[in-house]
Order: sequence, then structure tokens, then C-alpha cells
Amino acid sequence: MVANTSDARPDPDELLARVRRETAQQARGRLKIFFGAAPGVGKTYAMLEAARKHKADGADVVVGYVELHGRPETEALLQGLEVLPPQNLEHRGIMLGEFDLDAALVRHPQVVVVDELAHTNHPGARHPKRWMDIVELLDAGIDVFTTVNVQHVESLNDIVAQITGVVVRETVPDRVFDAADEVELVDLPPDDLLQRLREGKVYAPDKSRHALEAFFRKGNLIALRQLALRATADRVDAALREYRDDHAISQTWAASERVLVCVGPDPLSERLVRAARRLATALHAPWHAIYVETPSLVRLPRAARDRMLQTLKLAESLGAETANLSGESVAHEVLAFAQQRNASKIIVGKPTRPRWQDRFRPTLVDEIVRFSGNIDVYVISGEAGAEPAPKPSRLPKRSSRWPAYAKSAGTTAAITVLCLLLNPYLERTNLVMLYLLGTVLAAARFGRGPSVLAAVLSVGLFDLLFVPPQYSFAVSDTQYVITFIVMLATGLIISNLAARGRRQANVARARERRASELYALSRELARSRDIGELGTILRNHLLTGLDAEAVVLLPDAEGRLQDPGRFCTRSGSEARYPVPGNDLGIAQWSYDHRQKAGHGTDTLASADAIFLPLNALQRCIGVLALRPKDAGQLDVPEQMHLIESLVNQTAIAMERVQLAQSAHDADVQVESEKLRNVLLSSISHDFRTPLASIIGAASTLNADTGKLDGTGRRNLIATIEAESRRLHRLVGNLLDLTRLTQGPVQLKRQWLALEEIVGGVLQRLHEPLAGREVAVDVPRDLPLVHADEMLLEQLLFNLVENAIKHAPHGAIEIHAEAMRDAISVTVRDHGPGLPPGEEARVFEKFHRGQVEAAQSGFGLGLTICQVIVEAHGGRISARNRADGGAELRFSLPRDEPPP
Amino acid sequence: MSDAPLQLLAIEDDAQIQRFLAAALEAHGHTLTIAATGAEGLRRATLRQPDVIIVDLGLPDMSGLDVIARLREWFRGPIIVLSARSHENDKIAALDLGADDYLTKPFGIGELLARLRVAQRHLAARDGAPQEARITAGALTIDLGAHRVQRDGVDVHLTPIEYKLLTTLARHRGKVMTHRQLLREVWGAAHVESPHYLRIYMRALRHKIENEPARPQHLLTEIGVGYRFADEPAG
Repeated sequence: MVANTSDARPDPDELLARVRRETAQQARGRLKIFFGAAPGVGKTYAMLEAARKHKADGADVVVGYVELHGRPETEALLQGLEVLPPQNLEHRGIMLGEFDLDAALVRHPQVVVVDELAHTNHPGARHPKRWMDIVELLDAGIDVFTTVNVQHVESLNDIVAQITGVVVRETVPDRVFDAADEVELVDLPPDDLLQRLREGKVYAPDKSRHALEAFFRKGNLIALRQLALRATADRVDAALREYRDDHAISQTWAASERVLVCVGPDPLSERLVRAARRLATALHAPWHAIYVETPSLVRLPRAARDRMLQTLKLAESLGAETANLSGESVAHEVLAFAQQRNASKIIVGKPTRPRWQDRFRPTLVDEIVRFSGNIDVYVISGEAGAEPAPKPSRLPKRSSRWPAYAKSAGTTAAITVLCLLLNPYLERTNLVMLYLLGTVLAAARFGRGPSVLAAVLSVGLFDLLFVPPQYSFAVSDTQYVITFIVMLATGLIISNLAARGRRQANVARARERRASELYALSRELARSRDIGELGTILRNHLLTGLDAEAVVLLPDAEGRLQDPGRFCTRSGSEARYPVPGNDLGIAQWSYDHRQKAGHGTDTLASADAIFLPLNALQRCIGVLALRPKDAGQLDVPEQMHLIESLVNQTAIAMERVQLAQSAHDADVQVESEKLRNVLLSSISHDFRTPLASIIGAASTLNADTGKLDGTGRRNLIATIEAESRRLHRLVGNLLDLTRLTQGPVQLKRQWLALEEIVGGVLQRLHEPLAGREVAVDVPRDLPLVHADEMLLEQLLFNLVENAIKHAPHGAIEIHAEAMRDAISVTVRDHGPGLPPGEEARVFEKFHRGQVEAAQSGFGLGLTICQVIVEAHGGRISARNRADGGAELRFSLPRDEPPP
Repeated sequence: MSDAPLQLLAIEDDAQIQRFLAAALEAHGHTLTIAATGAEGLRRATLRQPDVIIVDLGLPDMSGLDVIARLREWFRGPIIVLSARSHENDKIAALDLGADDYLTKPFGIGELLARLRVAQRHLAARDGAPQEARITAGALTIDLGAHRVQRDGVDVHLTPIEYKLLTTLARHRGKVMTHRQLLREVWGAAHVESPHYLRIYMRALRHKIENEPARPQHLLTEIGVGYRFADEPAG
């Protein structure tokens, strides 16, 4: 690919990504690495000196952990610095000192000094590696000073091993090294280092002899120093490039190089990955590591499979994007992937198999080279003496193979019988065709072994029974040898084709299963509107395919995960699973860091459950805890991929629900805001009117100098009383409504006689009812009503009062009747009736018959009625009667009274 | 009906209500003593020996219920309770503790005077006839001695429980009887939690002695509280 040199402007997406990275970095702590070529160059010394200087400048510096190796100059530097006590871990009876991550997080200083970035933690620590501790410190916003030697950097690890012959197991992923904000090279010429070593300044004298010989050869030291210098120079170069990007100085925009490395189950793959990483770094290109699973590779032994997964994991830790493809031909899949991703370079391993095989089958390299087009192909050699790629195991031995052989033999026998019957009518060559048909059938149906058996049997029987001389294996005509060979070859070819087809079908089925499972989940998720329910759906889906216990843990308002107390097992029974505080702790860690934890991960791998965060786009919704019966189930990468896909999909669904919920809440808030405004304006009108009358009348009386006659005074006083009562009613309604609509209504249900309630209401309303005719029709045998006495009375009171108010003249009728499952009550008046079309609106808050009508009441009375009726599970309606007047009717459910 | 002057004690903390009570009651010829706290009320009650005590349930220093309980240790006269809406449940508790009647704030002076008249008749009845043999209310006559109830001179047949319910209410006529009090007196202490008995018998009783059971003249319902036997026509 050619770099596009005309486009000199930074890509806006790229700029945005950089801004995001920088913002993230500001919140994170800064990592400073003191980098050396070998032990003993003075990294720890330089680090502590820098720490002291920082402290002198007023920073809050704490020493988290330092290996002194008995070096007195270094120890002297610790004077005056705060040192955290190490965490003591017990392992097989031995107490081991370890950096105390939690203490450092709690202490939360500005800077923590921790030696030996590549250190492997002792069992029992939270993370297996110290660099993970440090990443967590950085995430918590703490700056870290640390040290590392060149041989511990992952991508340089194998080169160092080649140079020195010493394999170092403790490595730091390159991304951690690359993400360091500052790398300070601590350099010491090899001669000086050797001098220090001889003086015993690096290791205690008894140790150094061995160390000297194995590692500290001058040649090694020169090579290591060169590596360290080059790594530092690369970083400087990268920084320069970034600067140039920032300022759009150069035309060298990332040439769209992309490296693709193809890994297999052989040990060579690890070298391929490291080589790819070096090439990608040199080109500043993104890179991919892919593994193609062909039907034959499905049968790999477990160890080889694990190694392949390990290699992919390594590639991932070195910054590659990894992919697991499946297909018939490795070369084809690799090239398809390369074209799809615009890869410019492909790295493959040199074939290790014997040369003669190449004559029959092209090697992977040959195939890739032939079809690679304009993609460069790099071939990396294996080390001498490297063990060859593991052979796929033979077809798995199945105890149930013999029926296939028996069926195969049976088919041949059947063909033979047929041939014997047809012998008089057919030529021998056509009999051969029949046998061939049998072999093909066996090949297609029963696999390779049985097909070979069928071929051999066919040849034998044909020879014995039909080829002259009959009943003898002797062959008179040599032509039949060709027949035998063709028959055998046909059987083999067809059985191979059939077996391959079957394996393809299996792979396709597995994929289809994953796709359909995801589809089924997404369909179910789309149906639910509740986060807890979504969690249950996920759990049930997982448990259909896994023998495990699972639970979805959700946080409370403060972000603390809640112990659900129960794990659900596959059988659907919910058993009490003691989520020990510890496990809940891991889950919490997983939630806080949005990373998986527990079994088979980098964090607290000793737990027996795995904790997967439900990561959505903006936040982590919760954590899935999964405890398989057999931990091996989770080690299958397809299984794990499927679980992770399910979890991700659920997380997204949960976030959607949460967002919808908050949108709905916002709507409700706007609605209630509106309501409040209507209420306020309504209150100000309805309260001011009677208050105006009262104040007016009272001030007139107060200011009276004897000019008012007795009737005038009494009229004013009557006004005050009437208006006060009206105010009282308003306040009462408002209080009732507030009480009834604030949260669920608490009903004090009792068995009530309706006529008694009617009587109470009429008694309370006897003053406004004076002179009005009220017709009460309550059947004597009306069943008792199960209702709240005060609320039922209020309901009737409001209805009757409403009738009095809106129909100033004419009789008011109260009619009750029992229906099959309800008791209904109707209140009728003979007034002007409801405005047509507004029948249903009378129950709305603040609705009034006429706008700003003289009679008031907030329009709350009927709203209260509706709330009361609905609280009892009944219905209320309003309509106009044919003969004039309004009719309000409510019905309450009819219950069986107690004995 | 002209009212005989009464010695009244009002235990009420609100100054406006004190003023209104004083003006209205004194205008009707009664003598009113006012106490602003429960403690002061208890002290004045022993000093003044009032005929009727009016107690507000919301007092600053102690619960009006406690005041009633303490008064009932020695005070035999009528106690009328004043309650705001927020003290609705306390109203029943006050009646169960021995208060005779209640008024819900805000109330008009007419309502208070009516309650006082009832109380006054109780006083008169207690002082005058220790054991009445016959109660008459409107068209209704209850002959306690002969176990006989007549309406417009016609015998009304009542079941034993209906009779007991009617006589219990009639003996305390004018006074509000809570559901619990009625259940205890008529059915016994074991049935105080079965108020639907009361509703059923009360309906039967009303159909027998009232002209219009839904607009009763004698057996009045105090919604949410209990019943009262009216000894003066409603209104």
C-alpha cells in the first residue's frame, strides 16, 4: 500500500481519539519507568533519588516496595522516606513479603515507588503480576515510579534469550511499557557494571559468581545495553512522531500499513508473534494475529490447543487484534481476512515438515504466496531442533465404531448376494460397478475405515467369486489388478470427501448454534423492560448450555453490588449459595474496574467462579457471577466467547432500559411540573375569591361608624361565615387529594351498610340540602360493601355536593343496586347536565364545568372520587341523562362477607 | 330551649379559639375558665369543679388523650373533645377513654351549643332520676321495665340483641358510642373486633324503628366513629 501523501490534515476521528486518550491520561496517574540494560546498573538507586527529590519539592511520596539486595547505598536513600509495610502472605507455611496494593490505595499518596515492574506476585495476592497492581494504582490516579530491565519487556524477551541463553520468565506486556509517561534510561558502561559486580555491589558475594558466569558476560552486556538504548530511542522517536501528528508538521501520515500474522498450534508461532510485533512497531502499523481452525485442527490434542490459545493471548498482550477464524483452507481464510482488513504484510512460519510431502500438497506458504497479490509475505524460520507441529490426533477412537464396520461389511455382503443373483445376466465389469456402488455408499455413510473395509472385502469377494478361476484368489487376467486399485482408491477418496463434509457441517452447526443463541437472547431481551428481569433472562440462557450456577449482581444507588443470596442452578432450583464476602469483593472489583475477574482471568484466578462485568457503552450495569460445575467448561474459547457475547448483549439491553427509564422519569417530571403550575394558578384564584369577600366584609364591619343597620351587618357577617366555610372545604379537598395521591392509598376496609353511609352524608349536608328533595333508593337486602368507611363517605359526600352545586333546583336521586359481581351507586340531578363531550373529563384534576365559574371547588371533588373508587378496584363514570341532568355512577367490587 | 348557665372549662391552646369560645359562651350566659396547657387544665379542673370540660386533643405539653384519662379518674361530668382533621383516629380513642362527644375543627358555635345542651340534659338526668323506666323519643317509646318497644303506639318486635343494642344506645342518648363500646356492651369483650355484626343488626333495627332508614331520626351514624341515639330532632 502506498501512503497517501497528499492528505496532510489529521483525520478528525484520529484527533478526537487522541483528545480522549489525553483526557483519560489526566485522570490517571503518571507512570515513570527507570529502565536498565541489566541488574546492577543502578535503577533502584536512581528511582529513590528521584523520589527524594520529588519529596523535597513538596510532593507526597511513599515507598511501596523496594528490593534492597543488601545494597547499603540504596538503603541509605530510604532514610526520610515513608515506607509502606509489606503485606505478609502465607504460602505453604512460609511468610512471604509482598507489595501491599490495598494499603497503597487507601493511603493514596501522590507518588508510590514500587520496584521491579516485572515481578511475579506470590500466590494469594490479588493479581498474579506486579504490573497489574501498578495499572490499578494508575487507574486510581496515583503516580508510580518503577524499575524494569530490558530482558523483562515482552517483545524483547526472546531476543534477550537468544543473546544470553538465559530464559527470563517474568515479563511485562509491551503496552504497559509503551504506556509509560516517562522512561528514564539508567545507563552504565559494561566495564563499570562488571567492576561493580566484582566488588559485590550488585549481589551478595556468594551469589554473584554464579550470576556472573551465566549472565554477565561482557558480550551479553554490550548487546543488552544496545537493546535498551534502542528501545529508549524508539520511544523518543514515537514521542517525536506524536508531536508531529499534533502539529500536522509532516506529510508522513500513518502509511496504511497493517501486519497480519498467522499462528498455528506449533511452538514456532510464538516467535512469529514477536516478529510481527517488532515489524508492526517498526512500521508504526496496527497488527492482527489470526488463527484459522480447519476441520482437521479441531481434532488437535488439548495441549496443542492450549498452546495456540496461549500464543493468541501473548499476541493480544503485545497489542495485536486477534481473531479466531474457521474454514476449510487456511490460506484462503488468511487471504480473505487480509483483504478485508487491508493488510499489507503477512507473516507466516517456514514449513517444518519433510520436503517430500511438498510434492504432493502445496505448503501453506506456497498457497499464500501464489494468491497474495500485492501483499508482502514474510516467512520466518523455526529454530533448529524445534519440535515439529503436533500431528492432529487420529480420528477419536469411539467405542461405537464397530457397528459402522459391521454395516459396511453387511452392505458388501448384500451387494455380493445381488451380484450372485445377477451373475448370469450381467458382464463382470458391471458387477464391478455394483461393488463400486457399495464401496461408495459405505464411504459416504460410514467413514474412512469402514469404506476401506468395504473396498477390501469387495475386491476379495469379487476375486473369489467372480474372477476366474472362481473360488480362488488367484487372478488369471492382470487387468483385474487395475479394477482392484481403482475400487480401493475410489473408496478412500470418497470417504475423505464425506468426512470433510461432515466436519464442515459440524463447524457450521457450532457457529449456527452461537448465532441462534444470540438471536434468541436478543429477541427475549427486547421484550423486557426491567433490569432484574433482563438479568434473569441472561442467567437462564447461560444455564441452558452450561452446567453451572449463575447470578446477576446489581449495584445499589451507591454502586455497591448487592448480595442476592441465591445462585440459580441449571435445574432452575434456586439454592442458597453463600456468596462469601470475598467473592462479593471480587465481583465488586470486577464492577469497579469493568474487567472480568475470578477463575481463569488475571485477577484472583484462584476463585471458583468467574465474574464478568456487564459493560455497556457508558457504564457498567452489574456483574455476572458464574460458577461452573466443571471449571474446564470455561476454558473452551468458543464457550467463553459465546458467554461474553451474551453478556455484552444483555448489558446493552440493560443500558437501553435504564436510558428509557430516565427519559420516562424526565417526562414525568415535566408533567408534574405542569400540574404544579396549574395547581398554583388554580389555588391562587380559588383561595383569593373567598378571602376577598371575607376581608371586604370584615373590614367594612370594622370601619363601621354606626351607619350600617342591623340587616346590613348581619348580611356581612353571613358572608364571612359562608366564605369561610367555602375556604374550609377547599382546604379539605386539597388535603384529601394530596393524601390520596401521595403514594398508595392505605385502605382500612370494613364491611359497611351503604344506607348508613348515605344517611351520614345526608346528615352532614343537611344545611345545603335544606328544602331540596332527596330520593334515596337503597334495597333492604343490599349486601354489605367492603370498603374504607371514611373514604366511601367522602366519595358519596363529594358526589352529592357536586349535584347540589351544579343543579341548584330539582330533586337529587341516590340509587343503589347489587349486581352479580359489583355494587353500583348512582347519583342523579336535574340540573343543566354536563357539557356535551366533556363527560369523561369531569374527573380530570382542576376541571370545572365552566371556566372560571362562580361556583368553585378546584374541580378537585370528582378527581378525589375517582382516586377513591380506583383505590377500591372499582369504576366511575359520568353521563348526561336523556331527560336532562347529570348522572354519576360508581361501582365497587362485590366480595363475600364474613360469616 | 333556654340554657341554664353552666360552669365550663376549656383546655385549648389556640388564642383565637380561646377568644371565640369566651365571647360566644359568655354571651349565652355560661361561665368559662380557659387553660392553655394540659397541666394547667388538670389543675383548674380540680380547683373549679366545672360542669362540662372541653378538651382540645392537640395540646402543647401533653396529649389530650392523657388529659382525658387523668380527668376520668375522678371527673364524672361530660367531656367534649375538639379535634383537628389530623387527629381523626384520636377521636375514637378519646371516646373509648370516656369522652362523651366530639367536634371537628372548624366548627360553628351552633354545633358547640347543641352539644352542651345534650351534656346538660345528661347532667340533669343523672342528678334527677337515678333509674329511668321509660325512654321516649319522638314517636318511639322504650319501656325498660317491661322490655317493650313501641312506635306510634304499636309494638315493635325486636330480637334480644336488637333490643339490647337499642337500649344501650338509648341509655346513653345524645352521647356518641364507638363501635368498640357497643360491641363490648352488647356482644361481650370477645367480639370487639367484629364490627360487621353491628352493621347488620343496626340495619335491621333501623328498618324496624325508623320511617326512612337511610335518613334516620333516632339511630344516627357518626361516620368512622360509631353511633348516637338522637334525643332531639336532627338540626
